[in-house]
Amino acid sequence: MSDVRNLREIRAIIARHKLGDLIFLVTGLLVLMIAVLTFIALFSHMLIDGLPRLSWDFFTSFPSRRPGSAGILSAWVGTTLVMIVTAAAAVPLGVGAGIYLEEYASKNILTEIIEINVTNLAGVPSIIYGLLALSLFVHQLGFGQSILSAGLALALLILPIVIVATREAIRAIPVTIREGAYALGATKWQTVSDHLLPYSAAGILTGIIIGLARAIGETAPVITIGALTFIAFLPPSPFKEEFPYISFEWLMAPFTVMPIQMFNWVSRPEEAFQVNAAAAGLVLVIMTLTMNALAIYLRYRMRKNLKW
Amino acid sequence: MVEDFSSVHSGDVSSSQYKSEVRNLSFYYGSFSALKNINMMLHEKKVTALIGPSGCGKSTFLRCFNRMHDLYPGNRYIGEIILHPDNVNILSRSVDPIEVRMRISMVFQKPNPFPKSIYENVAYGLRVRGVRRRAILDEKVEDALRGAALWDEVKDRLHQLAYNLSGGQQQRLCIARALATDPEILLFDEPTSALDPIATASIEELIADLKDKVTILIVTHNMQQAARVSDYTAYMYLGEVIEFGVTDTIFIKPKNKQTEDYITGRFG
Repeated sequence: MSDVRNLREIRAIIARHKLGDLIFLVTGLLVLMIAVLTFIALFSHMLIDGLPRLSWDFFTSFPSRRPGSAGILSAWVGTTLVMIVTAAAAVPLGVGAGIYLEEYASKNILTEIIEINVTNLAGVPSIIYGLLALSLFVHQLGFGQSILSAGLALALLILPIVIVATREAIRAIPVTIREGAYALGATKWQTVSDHLLPYSAAGILTGIIIGLARAIGETAPVITIGALTFIAFLPPSPFKEEFPYISFEWLMAPFTVMPIQMFNWVSRPEEAFQVNAAAAGLVLVIMTLTMNALAIYLRYRMRKNLKW
Repeated sequence: MVEDFSSVHSGDVSSSQYKSEVRNLSFYYGSFSALKNINMMLHEKKVTALIGPSGCGKSTFLRCFNRMHDLYPGNRYIGEIILHPDNVNILSRSVDPIEVRMRISMVFQKPNPFPKSIYENVAYGLRVRGVRRRAILDEKVEDALRGAALWDEVKDRLHQLAYNLSGGQQQRLCIARALATDPEILLFDEPTSALDPIATASIEELIADLKDKVTILIVTHNMQQAARVSDYTAYMYLGEVIEFGVTDTIFIKPKNKQTEDYITGRFG
């Protein structure tokens, strides 16, 4: 008799606990839905406004006073070139710093201070990076209001992201793999270059792409260093017909980028420019999502061979 | 020979040559004294087992032999580990730990193949030593895999990922990797603790075969394993070698009461 009562009590307890589960599940889903639906609403609004405006001409035309014939040629070319500079600067610096901090730096107060600083840098408002770049790159080093200055400014901005991603990717490698390499007589650099870097490449690459996806949408620092809002010519081509076939003149060229082009159009009173802004925004969001998708795919592909 | 030896040694220990002698070895993790004044020797081409309860310092002692502790800050060795025939103290500051690791290989507790092909795993130690010629690499990789009794199972898939092998095969691969560079001493740190009984048996068989070629030092949790595979056994407790001697003697009539209690399962 008492057994049956016990069982009933146990069932009541389980039911109560399961109610807790259910409440959390519903709350969680609700919160998730708010986040997802907000994004979908924004994206679809832009899609409805901007999609009809997207055409080949939109990508191959310079901005114009007439909204119908204005395009994003100078903006997407500018964004692409700035991203190349950003990646070229942030990847070696960020990965190098990450490797150094994780594998080489001795654990002392100096390293500790550097580590805290790196973490804090990620939280510095982007306009501060713009001001730094304005005085350092534009004026002190004399790079001017150029693609080079913008690329370097954004590189500084995403440096902490790349450093942290590198460190975390390296730290995820089990200590047994590291010791296995050392036990065979490998030096530190052999261990890093033959093992740690290849095995953490997926994580590092993901960090780089996420950093670039952040940089691509940054407006404030690029405005601060003086990107143009209206530009009807392209930077000089990086390829030349005569030897040495490549040229770096484009680094010093004035430029604009996608978010600035958008900002410019949004601030115009004419309705037709708002449509242009939506279309440019659509392109920008697609660029970012493509980069994130690439990061996810790369991580999946490269992690398939690593089992730990 | 130092006098200390006689107190911990039982049975006949003078019948073979020493590959290595440990003299007054102490080891500190920061201020924690993990090993206390250890004196013993490794007999050439014999298997020496380290047994004792968890935390007694067996692995710490083993890892002194390839200077693994140098990888982490705050570790300190006192005393000597002399390697014969050249009588070099491998713990000396003037000896590069990389040089020591080139002479003394190690097999870890959990199989730790690199996420590379079977071939590249075995070849890595050779590549670190600057071997580039394909023919030499091929030959040494095959020899090492044969030495680890793995060749027949993997010869048709040398370029497949090492993770496709079973746990026991992975551990034999790690043994092959350690063998490929012709080490003078092979260290095993509880090599079968992550393996099933069948894989364990194959590793033990392999260790018995290997002692013709190389001096072996093995840490084991499993006393039966020590009894099965080793020629000499050291019983350790709280960072000290309590008793060291011929395995049969240690297991049948240990001199020390503590050793006897541990071996008969009354403690540990």
